[in-house]
Order: sequence, then structure tokens, then C-alpha cells
Amino acid sequence: MVCNVCGQNEATIHLTEILNNQMVEVHLCESCAEQKGADFKSHFDFNKLLASLGDFGAELKAEHVSELVCKSCGLTYEEFGRTGRLGCSHCYRAFEKLLLPLIKRVQRGVQHIGKVPVGTSGDVKQTLELRELQDRLKKSIETETFEEAAHIRDRIQELKQKLKKGSKKQK
Amino acid sequence: MVEKKPMNHFLSSTCEWLRGSGPESDIVLSSRIRLARNLTGYPFTEKLGGDEQQHVVEEVETAFGSTPLLKESYFFEYKDLKDLDRQFLLERHLISREHASEKGEKAVLVTKNEVISIMILEEDHLRSQVFQSGLNLVEAWRLMDQVDSALETKIPYSFDSHLGYLTACPTNLGTGLRASCMLHLPGLVMTKQVNKVLQALSKLNLAARGFFGEGTQASGNFFQFSNQLTLGQNENEIVDGLERVMRQVIEHEKESRNYLLDKRRGKLEDQIWRSIGTLKSARLMSSQEALGLLSMTRLGVDLGFIGNLSKMNLNALFLFTQPAHLQKLSGTDLDTSERDQKRAELLRTRLKDVELV
Repeated sequence: MVCNVCGQNEATIHLTEILNNQMVEVHLCESCAEQKGADFKSHFDFNKLLASLGDFGAELKAEHVSELVCKSCGLTYEEFGRTGRLGCSHCYRAFEKLLLPLIKRVQRGVQHIGKVPVGTSGDVKQTLELRELQDRLKKSIETETFEEAAHIRDRIQELKQKLKKGSKKQK
Repeated sequence: MVEKKPMNHFLSSTCEWLRGSGPESDIVLSSRIRLARNLTGYPFTEKLGGDEQQHVVEEVETAFGSTPLLKESYFFEYKDLKDLDRQFLLERHLISREHASEKGEKAVLVTKNEVISIMILEEDHLRSQVFQSGLNLVEAWRLMDQVDSALETKIPYSFDSHLGYLTACPTNLGTGLRASCMLHLPGLVMTKQVNKVLQALSKLNLAARGFFGEGTQASGNFFQFSNQLTLGQNENEIVDGLERVMRQVIEHEKESRNYLLDKRRGKLEDQIWRSIGTLKSARLMSSQEALGLLSMTRLGVDLGFIGNLSKMNLNALFLFTQPAHLQKLSGTDLDTSERDQKRAELLRTRLKDVELV
């Protein structure tokens, strides 16, 4: 069997890779395998994949956003497009308009549900709890567990009342 | 906290993920929970200056010191570690490839039982992991949650009420949680069913990777599965979701093994015994070849063909045949061909009690 890469030498190394969620067998000669070992990562470069999601390049050109800069850390949006990594927590605000559609595409939503830091204020905690309950309500309706849905709905009403009272007090 | 020869301690122990115990340990090697966190008041790792890097490492180390759950640990600063030591920790899955190879201030905390490891200044300031042997994501998350909560009272994390825990890459946003399981699926590979499984999993937003995590090939019939989405679902749902799917994959693997035993027993036995024959007699062995042959041996142990070989001892061989482990065991640097010879020698010695019948 000849090497899949150079097509000349005898293949002595047989690899099984996962590419696009398919298992693929690759047959390589020793020297090509050595090279391949070194740049294996590029095959699966998630950053590139992320940056190319949803035709980012076109978006960049269309809106002249390449000049967008995060004032806090100096990262440009164009840099993010290349590396897939943000520079600091303020980048999320600085690039919000462009990031939210991207997050929507790569995640299940744009609203966090789950753990909150210990020191989080009561109102924020309740807002997050409300969000989680609404998510659970949707699911229990989908799975037709109506009794549970009724309980969740009551709890949502309760929380909403509490939040309303809280905001009135603040005013 | 620091002892003299921590690497030697590791060398004489089996890491948690290879203990070979826990639920479904015939098929599931290990379960892992990883959290990504960033400290408030600093830019993310890539934009940190030299001084800031040092500050983050110091701040985190102080927080570790006053966390009872992390009392029995080693703390390694990379500037004190040789390349071989980093490779050694990488082979034990205690640090990531990226963390091992990048420059700058970096450190890692590892508990002595190797259940918890926390990388400092990876892509995010903190990448914490908890390992459990077998299918045990729930327990891994329970412990991870405790450690995370204890740390955040001392080093507050970047958090946004809409986006959750803020991370350098938007793919980790929200919970910052990646749950993963390492499965041994020789049955599905041999019956050529594994592609169907991989395709079905991708539809469920689960990712498949090889033995050594991101960017590695599936070798020795080992597959690592993890959740892709981190935002919009709470931690328990992510963990339960993955565990439910893993149970289905386990069922399919069991069915394939039964099919092989029932319909293709002759060929299966032949492959297993040939693998052991090669392991017991070869004079040169690459790590790739060893992985494949050990995978078949493992199947032989799981199916009860091979008696006098414990799963723990067999699992240790997956680790000890890796390049850095071999060199640590030999106490000297070895080039590729020397390693191939040492590896074959080690395998022959460790498997000498396994009889060919």
C-alpha cells in the first residue's frame, strides 16, 4: 500500500482519525507521518472553524468592522476573527453587536442558565432563577408533563411578584 | 505543599482515570468535568503582561493554599519543569497540549490522587478538571462544583448576568463547563458501526475526539465524547444529557460485542490472541502499535478470555508505554528507536504471566 500523502513511499503507519464526525483511515509512510504528527492540530483548528462560521469574512467587509477596537485591552475585531479568542471581559460589550449573532449560532441561546457566583445580588439571582424556570416550563410543556409545568408556572408568578416589589422599592 | 520528588510519586501510582473501577468500567475508562474561569480585574491570558501573569499565578496559588479540598496537592510552576516533565503530565491528562507547549508564566495544581488538576493561565486564567474512573459524571461535577465555589470566594470570577461566566472563546461561555467521557469501543469499530454513532452524536451537539483530547486521532478504539454547548443549559442538564447518551452508546457497544462473540467468535479470538502474542514477543514496538494491541488485549480481559491480568495493571500499560513515561521509567532520555526497544521490553516483562493457551 502506498502513502496517501506523497503517493510514492510504502505506507507503514495506519491512522484512524475523526474528521467531520466520520472515522477515516489514513495510510502514511514514515516521513509523511512525522510531518503529520507535527501539524495534526491544524486539521482540527477550532479557532479557524469558529472564525469561518457564518461567513465572517463577508460580514467584516460589509460593515467595516475591522476597525472596531476594544478600548480596554486594545483587541481589534479583525484580530478576534483570526484567532477566535477575545482579549478581556470588556470585549463582549465592545463587540456585542457582532458577537451576539455568532454566540447564537455556536451556542444554545444567549442567556446563561445555571451556576452564579456566591456574591451575586439577590435581584440578579432571582432574574437568573426566573430564566431557568421559564426554560424548564418550556421543556415540561414539550414533554407533556403538565403537572410539573403547573408547579413551575406558580413559582414563576411568585418570583415575578417578588421582582416587581423589589423594583418598586428601589424607585 | 511541595514535596521533593512528586513525579516519582506519580510514576509509582495509577492515575484516577485509569484505575479501571467505577460504573461501566468495561467500556468507560473515565469521566471528566472541566470548568473555564477568569479572574475579574485582569484581561484574559493572551493579553496579560509579564507582571500581570505573575500576579495571577500568585493570587491563585494563595487561594489554593487556603482551600481544604486542595490540601493534598502538588503545585508546579512551568519555569521549574523540564520539557519531559510537561510531556509526562500531558500523557497523564493532567495538563493540555496547549498549556504544555506555550510560553510565559504557567502553573498547575494536581492533587496527589490525581482526581483534581487546575491549570493556571491556559486559554482562560483557570482550567479546572475533575476525573472519575468509569461512568461517573455526576460525582465529578459534585466535586468540581465544591472546589469552584470554594475558590470563587477568594478569587472572584468574571461573570455577566446574561452571558454567565466570561471566557476567552465564546464557545466556552455561560457555564464554562465541558463534560467528557472516554470510551473503549472496539466492538463498534470492528462491526463498522462506529460512524453511525459518531454521526448521531454530532446531531446531538456532542463532539468526538481521540485518546489525547483535542486535535488527536482516534487510536486504539478509544473515543472521547463531550458536550459542545456551554450556554443556555444548566450544569446538571449538561451532565445528565451526556450521561444519558453515553448509556446508549454503552448499550450499542455491548450489543456489538455480543454479536462478535455469537457470529464471529473465531475471528475475534484470533485477533485477541495474536495481539497478546505480538505484545509478548515483539522486540520493537511503536506507541501507536502498542495502543492498538493493548486495546485488543483489553477486550480480551473484558470478555473473560484472559484471566490473570487485572484491568488496573493493563490500564497502567497504556500510560507506561507513552514516550515520557518510558523515559521516566528508564531514568534517561531515549530517542524514538531506543524507546521502541524499551517499550517492547516493558510489555514483555509486564505481560510475562499472561499465558498463551
